[in-house]
Amino acid sequence: MSALLEVEQLEVGFGSRTSAVRGTSLTVERGETHCLVGESGCGKSVTALAIMNLLARGGYRRARRLSFQGNDLLKLDDRGMARLRGNAMAMIFQEPMTSLNPAYTVGSQMTEVLRRHKGASQRAATDRAADLLARVGITAPGLRLGQFPHQLSGGLRQRVMIAMALMCDPQLLIADEPTTALDVTVQAQILRLLAELQRDLGLGMLLITHDLGIVARVATRVSVMYAGEVVESAATAQLFADPKHPYTQGLLRCVPVPGKQRQDEPLGSIPGTVPRIDPGFEGCGFRERCTFADASCAHAVPQQTAAPGHDYLCRLAP
Amino acid sequence: MLNFLTRRLIVAFLVAATVMTLAFVLTRLSGDLATSIAGANATQADIEAIRKAYGLDRPVLTQFFDWVGRALTGDLGNSYFFQTRVSTLIAERMPVTLTLGVTGLVIALFVSIPLGILAAVREGTSFDRAVQMVALLGQAMPSFWLGLLLMITFGLQLGWLPISGTGSWQNFVMPGVVLAFSAIPALTRLTRAGMIQAMGSDYIRTARAKGLSRASILLKHALRNAAIPVVAIAAVQLGFMLGGSIVIEQVFALHGVGFLAWESIAKNDFPVVQAVVLVLAVIYVALTMVADLMNAVLDPRLRV
Ligand SMILES: Nc1ncnc2c1ncn2[C@@H]1O[C@H](COP(=O)(O)OP(=O)(O)OP(=O)(O)O)[C@@H](O)[C@H]1O
Ligand code: SF4
Ligand SMILES: [Mg+2]
Repeated sequence: MSALLEVEQLEVGFGSRTSAVRGTSLTVERGETHCLVGESGCGKSVTALAIMNLLARGGYRRARRLSFQGNDLLKLDDRGMARLRGNAMAMIFQEPMTSLNPAYTVGSQMTEVLRRHKGASQRAATDRAADLLARVGITAPGLRLGQFPHQLSGGLRQRVMIAMALMCDPQLLIADEPTTALDVTVQAQILRLLAELQRDLGLGMLLITHDLGIVARVATRVSVMYAGEVVESAATAQLFADPKHPYTQGLLRCVPVPGKQRQDEPLGSIPGTVPRIDPGFEGCGFRERCTFADASCAHAVPQQTAAPGHDYLCRLAP
Repeated sequence: MLNFLTRRLIVAFLVAATVMTLAFVLTRLSGDLATSIAGANATQADIEAIRKAYGLDRPVLTQFFDWVGRALTGDLGNSYFFQTRVSTLIAERMPVTLTLGVTGLVIALFVSIPLGILAAVREGTSFDRAVQMVALLGQAMPSFWLGLLLMITFGLQLGWLPISGTGSWQNFVMPGVVLAFSAIPALTRLTRAGMIQAMGSDYIRTARAKGLSRASILLKHALRNAAIPVVAIAAVQLGFMLGGSIVIEQVFALHGVGFLAWESIAKNDFPVVQAVVLVLAVIYVALTMVADLMNAVLDPRLRV
């Protein structure tokens, strides 16, 4: 059986000047959580949006392979994509404050997705919405369903977005920093809910997060992105135990005890900044900040395998 | 919500009071009313008689408050020329003007909203540029000139539509189109801008991520937000159209309030002129209130 989501050599650009994602590959299996980490601007959100084909105007994507449950997403037109979106593949955006329509109630926005894809009655959809709101820890869900987004705090809106994405029992959930506005208890409750869904329904998840504590707790696999590339990818335990890429090592060094990291602590504090990547950029994107860099790093860098399922992009030997 | 209404009512009251004062002052700035009513051949005695009969010999402030007091009870005085109550005159003529204004607005909305949506969806294409060009040209075209152009083409040469009178609905087509033309550019541009902004927003991305149909994305989610400023401007445009009907009713010989105003100015029938200005202003103020209310209905964030 093919994997739930397979992405091979994904490239995303905006206009002709910037390449936001350069040849990213990743796989999400049923029931597993694949975490995407990396510092701000490295292309995590853009990767997620490109998979859903929801890039902003002017953005374009290219890939050798982009398949969902064995179906080629690159061949689907708008209609075909619409049948999957919100239904079998759902996404939670990074911007909870602006992602709900200000003109409609929470209830109306939550129910329409179930009515559209499953032909549910308004009543059944409302019941389902209230149930999910309760499960993401919202008290008085009946009241919230009748409210408009501007009446809700950021944390509530974020939970509404999570509940809305779960309305149709998706197979794949792409969640872009879904718990940033939530306190630790609520965050734990939501992670538990998602874990339950993974166990019961085989939900596969692509989870973007800055929080290595969350990664250590929930990830099956981790891909580390830097300047538009996945520089290292491995099973979670393997990555934490034996990081190969200097950037990953830098990231992990900033987190002494995985799982005990403070909330919202920035991911790593490696000196320097991400270079601007224009089309035609060659060599390792990390070389200006890497303590191991030498002249050969300015040329194409090999992809190496440290162990089965543990790949990294660096000239250094395993 | 109550607060919102009270604020709007106070503003409406202030605007109405200002307009009443202006209408009163302006009719009196055009010279001595008794003299102009009496006409060129009148003797000094005639003029004095008229001044007394119409109460123009009283102090100006007394006249003003007398008029305001009566207007507040619905009494707009008597017409000098028609020898009937001004309120009756206006009530008789109002249906024509309102029909014309509403016809204009409906035509304008039916043209500009679809045009604005299409232009927004095809932003940057030649269709979009063509729409913007036409809107620009439309704005530059004087309405009486467009009126005459239509009259010559459809009335005289093709003979499809009557060129004057108020006999049937057909009489309202051409003047309605002319009035609509004055509102179409602004409404189209506003719809287009609102739709472009909405389509680029995060909540439309969410609607797409939910797999909603294109119709639902465009019409339910984007248009609902883009329509908020359009509604406000549409109501204000209806006010302009009612004012603009003074010219159009003249061109197409439609006997509405605009035509009445025209006649009364020519005849120095100042109670009528004053009253028409007041009535149009009150309607205008009422329309802006309607716009605000509809805004509040469409935009939940305004319902405090
Ligand atoms: N609409 C856009 N137009 C042009 N460039 C864009 C656009 N969206 C993203 N980019 C560029 O793509 C790159 C990757 O952005 P992305 O949003 O994926 O970062 P990220 O990894 O999600 O960061 P963060 O952790 O801050 O969310 C950035 O350099 C950004 O400037
Ligand atoms: S390729 Fe060179 S610069 Fe890049 S991470 Fe490896 S050693 Fe550092
Ligand atoms: Mg992001």
